[in-house]
Amino acid sequence: MTSQIKRGVSLYSFQNETFQGKMTLEDCIRTCAELGARGIEVIGEQTFWGWPEVGVNQADIDNWHKLIKQYDCVPVSHDYMLDYKRYKGRPMPFEEQVASVRKDIDFGAALGMPFIRSLVSIAPEVLIAAAPYAEEKGIKLLTEVHAPLHFDHPWIIRMAEMFQKSGSPALGFLPDMGMFLDKFPPVWRAKFERMGVPVHIADYIVKAYEDRVLSEYVILEVQNMGGVGPAIAMAETLRHNAAFEPKRMLDYMPMIHNIHGKFYEMTADYVEPSIPYDKIVAVLSQGGYDGYICSEYEGNRWIEDAEEPDSVEQVRRQQVMLARLLGEPETPALKAAA
Amino acid sequence: MMDKLMIVEDSLENVDGGFAFLGRLPYYRGLGLSMIEDIQITIDGEVIPRENVRFTVRGKTYTLDEMETVYDDRWNFGEKALITALKPGGLAAGPHKLEMAVRNRVSYLPFVPTTKCVKDLALAA
Repeated sequence: MTSQIKRGVSLYSFQNETFQGKMTLEDCIRTCAELGARGIEVIGEQTFWGWPEVGVNQADIDNWHKLIKQYDCVPVSHDYMLDYKRYKGRPMPFEEQVASVRKDIDFGAALGMPFIRSLVSIAPEVLIAAAPYAEEKGIKLLTEVHAPLHFDHPWIIRMAEMFQKSGSPALGFLPDMGMFLDKFPPVWRAKFERMGVPVHIADYIVKAYEDRVLSEYVILEVQNMGGVGPAIAMAETLRHNAAFEPKRMLDYMPMIHNIHGKFYEMTADYVEPSIPYDKIVAVLSQGGYDGYICSEYEGNRWIEDAEEPDSVEQVRRQQVMLARLLGEPETPALKAAA
Repeated sequence: MMDKLMIVEDSLENVDGGFAFLGRLPYYRGLGLSMIEDIQITIDGEVIPRENVRFTVRGKTYTLDEMETVYDDRWNFGEKALITALKPGGLAAGPHKLEMAVRNRVSYLPFVPTTKCVKDLALAA
């Protein structure tokens, strides 16, 4: 049976190419469309120059709508940042933060997005204050639950309770699948080895991760093994990453409206070695999730020192994996270059 | 991230009062200029004093101190800014080692990251 879950891509995935001008917005959207990943998520200020401080030309917004229509895609989310550290030495005042979120609600609405993504560090009070305006504009504010935070963390539990108490249907969550990091990613290990981490220390950290050893014990042990600099840094990644349990999403399903399909590497046989997508898709299906899973390729920063990332191929492989897990009859494929 | 892409290849040139090159923000998004805490330029091992660095985007030029209170302009994602170092006489023709280090104030990070790029560039005679 084909799943209700839909496939999409965050254009974050193509950052290495778009940064260098090797792919245009049209190239990105066409690629997603060819792969049958019709849901398009953007980081507003990555895709649209000028946002938020300078503003965006109407022509760029018109072009976005033209491309979405031309390639039969669907706007999913505008990921906004809210730079509350804009002023050196003082935090942005509360009312200004709320006004800033309202501005991003307007931008999301102008792009036809049903959702805008809030970073997890944004105070729930700010989001609750902005929620009535979001409701008015038909937008949901989704807080990205991202490692090291997770659904059992007190910050998220408090936020969920406050969202529910507010009664606003405009407040919800966007979990990033990186929080379900089952194995230590091979591309991370390889980068740390290039930085000089000895093989026996890398072996130890990878094994300790699989054994779920507390990060602080791993860091101490690496120090005892004589590890310095990059070896400590490699061990410290365990402070910010853990194999949290995908089933925890089930408690929050009515509040989950979009998913970041984070991945660090897709192998040639369509496997993400560190994130258990089979389990994740099973949990989402069990929970009746019917939104998008948007590919979010983040292996780029782990390999770019050694090789040029091929983001399109990585996204293609993840889309093939997702289509299979979702029981789709056809394998996503790029059209051969003309 | 994007460390290797910060300094744009073949962009080093002498200008009136010093030398300049094109630089990009090593980040997956842009930033408002008030959040660029420092751009440190080192040429052949010599650090250019902060007050001698100029930053230009879309025809507008700022000192690093001015940028700290600029709330209506940005360094966009992938945007090539002209970065000028005031250095009387500029650089001699030939090879030079150029280093660029950018320190940003990023709202959601519990630290202030500095990202560095070092490139050997040639200055045409």
